Amino acid sequence: MTEVVDVHRQESAAGTPVRPLARLLASAGAWTDEMIAGYGIPVQDTPIATVGGGIGSYILADYLRVAGGVPTSGLRVVSNLSHPWQTYERLANSSQISPTDRIRSDSASRPDNLWGFPSYALQEAIRDRSLGPLAHVFVEPIFDDYYTPRLGDVMKSIEREARRIRYWDMLVRGDAQLVRKRVGGGYYVLFVDERQEDPQPMALRVRDVHLAVGYPGLKFLPELQEFRERKNDHHRVVNAYENHEHVYHALRRRPGTVLVRGGGIVASRVLERLILDRQRYGQPTRIIHLLRTYVTGSHGPHPWARRSGKHGFAYQGFNYPKSVWGGQLKARMASLHGKDRADVYEEIGGTTTAYRREWQRQLRTAREEGWYHAVCGTISDLQDTGPKLTARMRVEQGEFEVEPDFVIDCTGLNAEVTEHQVLRDLLVHGGAQLNPLGRMDVKGSFELIGADSGPGRVYVTGAASLGGPFPGVDTFLGLQIAAQEVVDDIARRGHCRHLGPIASTLEWLRWATGRQL
Amino acid sequence: MVPTLFGRIQTRLWLLAVVGALVTAALTPVLPMDAPLADKYQATFVVLGAVAVIGIAWELLYHLLMQWRWEKDWPTMFGLFTGIPEGLLVGYLATQGWLPFLPAAVAPAAFVIHFTVVWLVVWLVANGPMRVPFIRWRFRGGRLL
Repeated sequence: MTEVVDVHRQESAAGTPVRPLARLLASAGAWTDEMIAGYGIPVQDTPIATVGGGIGSYILADYLRVAGGVPTSGLRVVSNLSHPWQTYERLANSSQISPTDRIRSDSASRPDNLWGFPSYALQEAIRDRSLGPLAHVFVEPIFDDYYTPRLGDVMKSIEREARRIRYWDMLVRGDAQLVRKRVGGGYYVLFVDERQEDPQPMALRVRDVHLAVGYPGLKFLPELQEFRERKNDHHRVVNAYENHEHVYHALRRRPGTVLVRGGGIVASRVLERLILDRQRYGQPTRIIHLLRTYVTGSHGPHPWARRSGKHGFAYQGFNYPKSVWGGQLKARMASLHGKDRADVYEEIGGTTTAYRREWQRQLRTAREEGWYHAVCGTISDLQDTGPKLTARMRVEQGEFEVEPDFVIDCTGLNAEVTEHQVLRDLLVHGGAQLNPLGRMDVKGSFELIGADSGPGRVYVTGAASLGGPFPGVDTFLGLQIAAQEVVDDIARRGHCRHLGPIASTLEWLRWATGRQL
Repeated sequence: MVPTLFGRIQTRLWLLAVVGALVTAALTPVLPMDAPLADKYQATFVVLGAVAVIGIAWELLYHLLMQWRWEKDWPTMFGLFTGIPEGLLVGYLATQGWLPFLPAAVAPAAFVIHFTVVWLVVWLVANGPMRVPFIRWRFRGGRLL
């Protein structure tokens, strides 16, 4: 793995951004070349910039390089990450996925491979000289859980492809501050490398901008957030996506009670860890699992739209029904608008987890032995009462109190686009607007509606584009579908190659033989 | 690939017309049929055409059945095992000589070998190599047009 180089943020003496940047940030509307030159900001020209530098930027870079035939000089990746899998790997590790654990992703969802062939299962079968992974895919999901790849294998494959496309030749380290329209067409991407002793603003002058900025932060239930801020206690009330190993370490040494909040895949991972540690270290850990929505069985408006569920959980193989990534749900969504589209989002939405036979066995044992209790309700109050916390729970029958040692909030990540500086500025000054789900309003090509600048376009993929004509955006396959739409759109506009069957086959051969681009 | 109705039909027709035809062309001379080579080719290509044409009706049924699946997907094994009812139907019609343009009733052994090999190869191609030349195919529910 590439060395992780964390960003060391520099604060100016007054705790404010450097002065030229402050003045530019305060300005409204499009920027002229003279304005940028007047502030003494160094400018680099490049046709396309992708802002973010995580998996979304990496996948777009891969598509542009492989499908679009764009040279490294045709793209810059603006990011404070040293490698594209840095954030994903950190969030995965914090949420209890080790490199040898399997992630919730399909065998053919390969961020490193445009074709999804060979799938991760086929690659694993060849490497391990075993038919097991292929047999698994063959019988899934009827006689076995869905096959899913190991985190470590996925990360290694991403790294291999990143080297092949010379990702680091395109990387520009820095925190993107703003994306502004340029008078005369195109955009300026303003960024600051805050690792420097004396960070100075720099700019890219580009025709097109792609934004894949992920999530602005972690999401907490308001009651838990209020407690953390009031008590400055980030030790006993934690988010599952932040490092919370100390919780498991404490529970190895003494008996304790944990309140787990949430019914998604991360909650399942946390429960698995708590249960395995309980079995491994012998401490009588008690688990109270609080679910806002308690699913008792199959649910949905009619027999053709019924999702399975039990014991509080709603079950689904992946983040969305599989057909959003290419089947009839994808086709249906593309033809819907406004409220009709929002209604389908509502129908397929909701928190789900994967049905895994091992997890079912673990929870069955925990329920039978009486140390795991799932409760439907909310937390109405959380107080620090000495060595323990006191959580007041509001349930259908009334209220009751529990005394947990720790609270693990598994409600996820904050996807509020207005909390991201670049996105918020595009909404205020860039002509962009929100969709009915409150995210950035994009077309089917992922072009940000209202933000075009002469021949230039802004594209938004990933979590910020949820609510558009294509759901499932915040997944490996969703990011690939989005990248394909973006690159096809750039090709339609005449700025890169449109990949046909022969070129596709040749590019696949280059991928298979590891030939560097 | 998670199919739409039109994607299913297009994929079936394309795979049988290209992959199925290549396999049939290579396999026909060695099939256990007591007939001139021209008649053997006529018989195997009529069977291939029947699998394609009757298959459109099968695809309508599969699409209907898929609606009861929340994921609206079509698991890998379904794609292989649907060959059993399809093979039984076309095989019955072929061995009875009831398919139009057949020079004669097809020998059961020849039909079983031909149908099984074509079905297996088409299924394997659909589950991977098809994505190599047609990079957008899997995201369009199997549609090529």
